[in-house]
Amino acid sequence: MKLDTSGLESFVPLSAPIDDLCPDLSAPPTFDLPRSADFDGFQKDAIQMVKPAKGTTTLAFIFKEGVMVAADSRASMGGYISSQTVKKIIEINPYMIGTMAGGAADCQFWHRNLGIKCRLHELANKRRISVAGASKLLANILYSYRGMGLSVGTMIAGWDETGPGLYYVDSEGGRLKGTRFSVGSGSPYAYGVLDNGYRYDMSVEEAAELARRAIYHATFRDAASGGVASVYYVGPSGWKKLSGDDVGELHFRYYPVAPSPTEQEMAEVSPA
Amino acid sequence: MALSRDWMYENNGGTCVAIAGADYCVVAADTRLSIGYSIYTRDYSKICNLAEKCVLASSGFQGDIKALQKNLAARHLIYQHQHNKQMSCPAMAQLLSNTLYFKRFFPYYAFNVLGGLDNEGKGCVFTYDAVGSYERVGYSAQGSGSTLVMPILDNQLKTPSPLLLPARDAVTPLSEADAVDMVKDVFASATERDIYTGDKLEIVILNASGVRREFIDLRKD
Repeated sequence: MKLDTSGLESFVPLSAPIDDLCPDLSAPPTFDLPRSADFDGFQKDAIQMVKPAKGTTTLAFIFKEGVMVAADSRASMGGYISSQTVKKIIEINPYMIGTMAGGAADCQFWHRNLGIKCRLHELANKRRISVAGASKLLANILYSYRGMGLSVGTMIAGWDETGPGLYYVDSEGGRLKGTRFSVGSGSPYAYGVLDNGYRYDMSVEEAAELARRAIYHATFRDAASGGVASVYYVGPSGWKKLSGDDVGELHFRYYPVAPSPTEQEMAEVSPA
Repeated sequence: MALSRDWMYENNGGTCVAIAGADYCVVAADTRLSIGYSIYTRDYSKICNLAEKCVLASSGFQGDIKALQKNLAARHLIYQHQHNKQMSCPAMAQLLSNTLYFKRFFPYYAFNVLGGLDNEGKGCVFTYDAVGSYERVGYSAQGSGSTLVMPILDNQLKTPSPLLLPARDAVTPLSEADAVDMVKDVFASATERDIYTGDKLEIVILNASGVRREFIDLRKD
């Protein structure tokens, strides 16, 4: 039975748009495409000009107590650091978070869109969406835009009825279930530390410290990663931000400077 | 790039800066409009009043920026008719982000800085890239002179990152008069080293008592 909801519309729809310059603003927005003979060439040029912010290190892993998610906070446009305070861990809803790697605008927009879809699912089905379901929604959307130049490398981490869940989803349309992932330009460095220190039966504090160290080491060696290392924990009662530390300060915490005895002190020269 | 038959953009240059304070927001932009090595006009405002407590400054391709401003103004008018109130600055910030992203495959060549007061009266500045990724910050610069201006602002205004835990306040402790002086200094410096910045500086100051506008001359060479 289809309900007649036309009475709920609060505006009179305008007549059909005359041309591109006065679109129907009350209609749901759609993606404008350029009328160009060479779509791919245009996208390649446009993306150079638009300079989206990329370069990152994010990681997530499942352990005995739940899921640990961590990321840096640097956004770089070519060689310029456009921001050191980017929120790369996006809160989709109180029990699911997503990480951002690749194009910042792409990740922000599609995660916001995913949050809306998850909420609609809850309202329609009277139960929370599973992590597998949410990641599938996102993967299907990204697959439909495959080849159009979106750049998204995200991990969806959450806790649902089946326990902790972690999926990697990217803009090529790939979706992988797994227990340990790291995404971004700094991921090789993070994998080195993460794989070395990982054990399934860690406590929350140990896992947080492992995640923090992995991000720190990635920011140390990768020029495109830096800023603040944020660590989130997803448990049975939802996600919780555990820490946010400036990686510059973490460096001196992990490798404190030992005061070296001076061998020969220069005497102060008094003004003549 | 501009020579290919279907290249549809131009860069008109210019710099935009915004600084958020505890109870004010300063948004400033130069007024030079250039194409290539020519100056087309010395008197072009890059700043647009979107809402009572919300001001947009954009640099890039002014044709796209004009269309973007008209689009946002129309959406704001519809919002006012539907909700009987002005849009708040954070709401406008998300609207701008979505508007930019919906042209993801044919982008607005606009580098935006949105400044205003949030619902509590505190200053807020949102900075964007051309396809809509945005972030609330304490200060920002966009445009041709942004790489010259941001290091000075970082040096003078750097506040603790909002991502740190335990959280620390991210709004600059400067007074309104000091922030306006800082903006004037910063543009004077940018004008020295960026060919696309100069002529005149337009400063818009928003605070609890309303909106104020100032014009300062810059080097015309």
